[in-house]
Amino acid sequence: MKDKKIQDIARKLLKEKRVDVVIGFEKGTLPLSATPCFIKNPDEADRLIWNSFCGNNLANYLPKSKDKIGIVAKGCDSRSIVVLIQENQIKREQLYIIGIPCEGMTDKNNVLHDYCLICEHKNPVIYDVLVGEKVKENKAQRHPESLRDTKWQKFEDFEKKSSSDKWKYLESELSKCIRCNACRNACPTCYCKECFIDQEKPRWVGTTNNLSDIIFFHLGRIFHQAGRCTDCGACVRACPMNIDLRQFTQKITKDGKTLFNYETGLDIDVKPPFTTFKEDDTQDFIK
Amino acid sequence: MSKTKSWQPKIIAFLCNWCSYAGADLAGISRLQYPPNVRVIRVPCSGRMNPLYIIRALQHGVDGVLVSGCHPGDCHYITGNYYARRKFAIINSLLQYVGIEKGRVHFSWVSASEGGKFAEVIKQVTEDVKKLGPAKKLVKKI
Repeated sequence: MKDKKIQDIARKLLKEKRVDVVIGFEKGTLPLSATPCFIKNPDEADRLIWNSFCGNNLANYLPKSKDKIGIVAKGCDSRSIVVLIQENQIKREQLYIIGIPCEGMTDKNNVLHDYCLICEHKNPVIYDVLVGEKVKENKAQRHPESLRDTKWQKFEDFEKKSSSDKWKYLESELSKCIRCNACRNACPTCYCKECFIDQEKPRWVGTTNNLSDIIFFHLGRIFHQAGRCTDCGACVRACPMNIDLRQFTQKITKDGKTLFNYETGLDIDVKPPFTTFKEDDTQDFIK
Repeated sequence: MSKTKSWQPKIIAFLCNWCSYAGADLAGISRLQYPPNVRVIRVPCSGRMNPLYIIRALQHGVDGVLVSGCHPGDCHYITGNYYARRKFAIINSLLQYVGIEKGRVHFSWVSASEGGKFAEVIKQVTEDVKKLGPAKKLVKKI
């Protein structure tokens, strides 16, 4: 149903030369999978599909592109696109966004990803055309008194642990890391031409799998995601070692919300938290 | 036993050129006593502080880090420390979240006329870090 509509839209866009390429999903080479594809020829638009395995964040292909692009975007993709527009990585005029309200993506066992379970922005926040009806947002599931209750439960529990327990968990998770950089490459907001881990002068971090370097890399990457992570789960899906990265990345999202009342990628015109300030920002941790 | 007594923490202090560094200078000129455990690194502005410096310092084996700049509103570059404050808030809570003890990393505002406050801050920081003992968590062992 949605497949057909996406194909029609893509075909029309390409025929009318309104875009150079449509980025969407096609059937994967393995069963129960979908893989990103780039359609340049209107006759090939039939390849486009939509199902619950279209988890990849397609915004990853946008930064610094000169083409006019039609892009299939679910809720989290659209928020990443907003971040990229805010950061001048792509122009809004270049994009034709085919928004798709998303009911959550599943893994191969047909289980919803846990970031989809707590997703609050299933409907694209920015789009030119919407395929299908808007779906109901998750907000009702949240505790009525404290907005954060259910969503942040896992992270608030973690905050209460002793620092040695926290560190133990960090070490046990990150010692699995093989430094393949898949989390960085899959992330739509990790688009720097030269990442801090690749820099030679100064050399920030060693290239070996020394645990201290691994932790430095992840802390640095997570810090750089502050105010930019949309919790699309790209890093977690990309990780070959199944590291529980969200346990740490979501702390940043939570802080952005609690300290600066900023939620990533909702409005192009709102300034990201680190590019602005308020005179009464929190400073109770400063002597 | 004797080893713990003789252990002295190494503390890195990142001081902004215009306020805290001058504050440290004033503390010296005024002959104020404070613990000699701190090594000062001068930065142009607290806004120049890349928060990764803090993690990098801990990785290289310092026991404590202090970052100090002008009071909000007094920045030589008008708004540098306002931006810095947001970055510090995030990195501070992230470090505590992953298990760096609360007393390892400190932030303060010290103006050029606050030599006394500078000495107090250093005393306080040194005490806190001494209580925690040597930092081992992030140190890179080769």
